[in-house]
Amino acid sequence: MSSDSSIETGSSELIQGEPKGSSWISVENLNKVYFPKKSDPTHALSDINFSIKQGEFISVVGPSGCGKTTLLNILAGLLAKTSGSAKIAGNEVLKPLKEVGMVFQAPTLLPWRTIKENIMIPIEVQKLDKKFYLERADELINLVGLDGFEEKYPNELSGGMQQRAGICRALVHEPAVLLMDEPFGALDAMTREYMNLELIRIWQESKQTIVFVTHSISEAVFLSDRVIVLSPRPGRIAEIIDINIPRPRDLAIMASDEAGVYVKQIRKYFNSSSVIE
Amino acid sequence: MQNNPVTPETLLEPQEATPLQRFVNVLISWSVLLVGVAGVLIWHYGVIWSGIQDFILPGPVKVFESLQIQLQDRLFYDHLWVTFQEAITGFFLATVTAISLGTAVSQVRVIERMVMPYVAAFQTIPKVALAPLFVIWFGYGMSSKVVMATVICFFPILINVIEGLNSAESERIRMLTVFGASKAQIFRKVKLPSALPFIFAGLDIGIVFAILGAVVGEFLGAQRGLGVLLLQTQYNFDIAGMFAVLLVLSMMGFAGHMIVMALKKKFAFWSVD
Repeated sequence: MSSDSSIETGSSELIQGEPKGSSWISVENLNKVYFPKKSDPTHALSDINFSIKQGEFISVVGPSGCGKTTLLNILAGLLAKTSGSAKIAGNEVLKPLKEVGMVFQAPTLLPWRTIKENIMIPIEVQKLDKKFYLERADELINLVGLDGFEEKYPNELSGGMQQRAGICRALVHEPAVLLMDEPFGALDAMTREYMNLELIRIWQESKQTIVFVTHSISEAVFLSDRVIVLSPRPGRIAEIIDINIPRPRDLAIMASDEAGVYVKQIRKYFNSSSVIE
Repeated sequence: MQNNPVTPETLLEPQEATPLQRFVNVLISWSVLLVGVAGVLIWHYGVIWSGIQDFILPGPVKVFESLQIQLQDRLFYDHLWVTFQEAITGFFLATVTAISLGTAVSQVRVIERMVMPYVAAFQTIPKVALAPLFVIWFGYGMSSKVVMATVICFFPILINVIEGLNSAESERIRMLTVFGASKAQIFRKVKLPSALPFIFAGLDIGIVFAILGAVVGEFLGAQRGLGVLLLQTQYNFDIAGMFAVLLVLSMMGFAGHMIVMALKKKFAFWSVD
């Protein structure tokens, strides 16, 4: 991330506005150009347009360098856009919003805090009512199956459990939007599938709008209502695909022809761009 | 610790150490003591067999006798108390200043630009060489030694504070930023804890340097202190007495090190194995 384009940190404010129409997140003509000091500018995102309904599960896939993390960072308020608009609940994202929770590639837990203290970070930072949200934290800990580990330190937990704590932290302040940046990329295949099931379960209970960035096509198909496929250099939308696989879905679905068709449809963009991850 | 290859099997069921391994482990843990005992024995018999004079190199027995005599002397505790006060005051002054300045430098770009070149320049001065100046400025009392101790242990602490505050992982800062943390919150919740292991490393060096500073200050002119006692024993060719004082000084340093390590274990527990 180049330092000139990152947004100054500041306390975020509550979103007052109601969602306009059916689109809860709307991105219009979004462009992002990086201006590195010693080389030519790179067009990371070019004319991105999409809108997301409340409660929808959207995945963003694409080969490396397609700008999917850039897109997520702009929605998170971590990165300033070059032009266009990115709105959450009708409000332009100019800095991190309290309505947004984020799960990172690495669990990014603080080693000097217990699991519960880590989960409470958003509450502390936003100065919310601790008593009330401690109960919420307990519920989430139960939901992701971390009960009994509240008072443990992160290094005493496995990678999958740490990431589950990261999910609790992202949800504890009841954000309307959950941004996930390749959250299961570092996990082994088995744990990853398990975490996918868990995520669906959590999402169905908590009803967040989820934007999920991944480079795994099958993961995107399995999880999402819609998949946004980005193509690289400059990053632009290749296609937005509706995944019409009925829910509840289980892992067996992934072996079905139906899912196979979607995977094939998405994979052709990866092949044509000849970037292999 | 066993040196078996790590396979899933060995990870799943930690193997019991065989009697031979246990014997070797005990031997290893006692070997430190063995080296010490061997050293003292070599010293003892080396002095006897070589016929070296007591006023050049006394044997360990003489040193311990001398230490015993010192420890029964009220005046010795006066000296010890003075040096202790000088070192600990200098250490605290240096710690407070270094943490304040280090924080300012790492948090405010302008201050870094303004101050750091001078800090770097001042660091190249051999601090011990300033001692004569401090004696003239601050007199023969304790204050000149406190200043000496402060100046000499200030830099290792400062460098570690700055290094530590800059060591905070950018991902952790990013995480706090997303959840809406202010600059002050990021400092308190990520930067400061990340710096703690470094700060304790600085304090560990600093406490020993502070004693060094106090003793050097005393060499140049003082009425009380272990440095004074060291010079007195030298004038009297009481080499065993010198060794005894040196032993006490190193014990002081060791005690300081142990205290810093205990604090590190309490306040920076995640960085201690």
